[in-house]
Amino acid sequence: MTMYAGEEIEKISKEKEKWEKGPLKLVLDKWGEEKRSFETLSGKEVKRLYTPLDISNKEYLEEINFPGSYPFTRGVLPTGYRGKLWTRRQVTGFATPEETNKRLKYLQKEGQTGLNIVFDLPTHNQLDSDNPLCEGEVGKDGVPVDTLRDVEVIFDGIDIGSISTSIITGGPAVMSMFLALAQKRNIPFNVLRGTLQNDAVSLYYTVNFRRLPLQTLYKLTVDVVEYCVKEMPHWNPISFIGYQIREKGSTAAQEIAFTFGSAVEYANALIARGLNVDDFAPRFSFFFNAHNDFFEEVCKYRAARRLWARIMKDRFGAENPLSWLLRYHVQTAGCSLTAQQPMNNIIRTTIQALAAVLGGTHSLHTNSMDEAYALPSETAVRVALRTQQIIAHESGVTHTVDPLGGSYFIEKLTDDLEEEARSIIEKIDDQGGMLQAVSEGWVQKQIQDASYAYKKDIEEKKRLIVGVNCFEVEKDELPIEILKIDPSYEELQKKNLVKVREQRDEKMVKDSLDRLHEAAATGENVFPYFIDASHTYASIEEMMKACTGIKG
Amino acid sequence: MSKNDPRVRVLLAKPGLDGHDRGVYVVAQALRDSGIEVVFLGLQVTPDQVAQAAEQESVDVIGLSIFSGGHMTLVPRIIESLKEKGLQNIPIIVGGIIPPEDAEKLKRNGVCEIFPPGCSMAEVVACVRMLTNTNM
Repeated sequence: MTMYAGEEIEKISKEKEKWEKGPLKLVLDKWGEEKRSFETLSGKEVKRLYTPLDISNKEYLEEINFPGSYPFTRGVLPTGYRGKLWTRRQVTGFATPEETNKRLKYLQKEGQTGLNIVFDLPTHNQLDSDNPLCEGEVGKDGVPVDTLRDVEVIFDGIDIGSISTSIITGGPAVMSMFLALAQKRNIPFNVLRGTLQNDAVSLYYTVNFRRLPLQTLYKLTVDVVEYCVKEMPHWNPISFIGYQIREKGSTAAQEIAFTFGSAVEYANALIARGLNVDDFAPRFSFFFNAHNDFFEEVCKYRAARRLWARIMKDRFGAENPLSWLLRYHVQTAGCSLTAQQPMNNIIRTTIQALAAVLGGTHSLHTNSMDEAYALPSETAVRVALRTQQIIAHESGVTHTVDPLGGSYFIEKLTDDLEEEARSIIEKIDDQGGMLQAVSEGWVQKQIQDASYAYKKDIEEKKRLIVGVNCFEVEKDELPIEILKIDPSYEELQKKNLVKVREQRDEKMVKDSLDRLHEAAATGENVFPYFIDASHTYASIEEMMKACTGIKG
Repeated sequence: MSKNDPRVRVLLAKPGLDGHDRGVYVVAQALRDSGIEVVFLGLQVTPDQVAQAAEQESVDVIGLSIFSGGHMTLVPRIIESLKEKGLQNIPIIVGGIIPPEDAEKLKRNGVCEIFPPGCSMAEVVACVRMLTNTNM
């Protein structure tokens, strides 16, 4: 049964024609409309008006339904935020493990409800802090981790058994150190809650973490997922990264499609290892962006939720309802923030965060106003966290589930985004899957084209960015403080690494790395050997070297 | 500029470990669209590799993209490397996340212009034209 049908829809259609010829024409003739394009940030045309005619073919129970019911367009929980607010989870990590530990405790004190650790570029690239390639980059845009010692310091005085932790990096090394820490503290793996980013396919082409070949990175991450699925029932061993795809310049529909392309690829790999889809799908997690176009972003989450449910049910035949649920974290769009008049970024972040909340996110990071300059200062990060708290506790938008549902515009745009994402996924399938499409550079080309088109629109003022191509100020005094990372932190980190090397039992290190190397050579799941090596304080670079020539 | 090739040549590179390449690709495309030749050295290059490529490709301008926060180490190293090769006259421009204080320091040390997030492609193109005296 469609939502509007028969006589009612005919009547609306006739009345709409009358409206167009009557009051609308009168106003258009007299005043016209602004001569700019009315389209979403991703370039979708936005009509003047949406009416029941736009959703007359929809069937409420089939396509929208109640929150907590398939296909989850209105949310995965029947009670929305009335039952539980989203997790407030600010990304943290800079300078040294010691400084990061202090910041984590500060944010906990200010009301953050989940941890979210980001690592520096040497760590992401699986290099030790004293590798010459890392000079000048240690601790600059994340916390450096060389050995288990650093993970011990980051979580010093923090009970990882009771708070959920998000670890933003791919590869097995950092995660294995986290698990070694849990073992040292006698915390069983089955109580650990949190997420590992780990989507090597996306990281490979978005932020270019590619010191190992794509196939090798992929094999290593599948090992981690397989291990965690079996041993850690409350842990999300992989989070598919739409965020970076969008930051790289994709459209909203591409963000959904390329994220799911990667998820489908991993699902296939896990099934090939003999797992049942219902064993791992409930532990899949996703990470999306919240960009400037308010309605498009709200609809993006609604479309993604529905599309994922359908992919899981129809394509993979998942039977466990938990496998159908799209569970995701959102970060507001760093790429949307401007260096010009940086305090305006607070407003941008607020609009984006509101879109994420009205779209039903489960966890949120709000960017700080100083993003275009540096990692956040304490003041800036507190304002960012407060933004979430004001939305949560003062705005009232959390009182009802999916408050925008049923809007003719919202439902239509949700449909359109789902359809576009679905057609992009078909193109990925035609090429043999995401690994193939990335290897051939097709995905990268799609994103680059979208990114360039967007930048050109700004340049030609088809798209206005306040402070950038309109409402500029002549002298833009910087009214905010900027976090400086003292260069001496790099030296300190290197010294600490040398100290660890001096104090550890070299024979134990060598033996554990030999065992890891052997496992890598035989194609066995290497992750348990990573955990063992972490206990000996083997370094991240040593562990990755032991995997050279990995099979599988 | 080489006598046989009247086109302006710009070397673009991302030194350091950072892989955020959205900006550098947009700049590359904008320069090409305006008739400038771009030699894209790629990601994760060392300061020496930048200087070597600048020499081999006899470029007119060097554009560096750095988002990692490592600019105060990487840029001076590149300037040093260029000096060793006697190439200190090749103008350098830098794009990325550079706090104003650092931007001032880098400019005092020989960087011609800094392009922060949100700057326009037209400004970058105009800057290259100005540095090479080749207004379109």
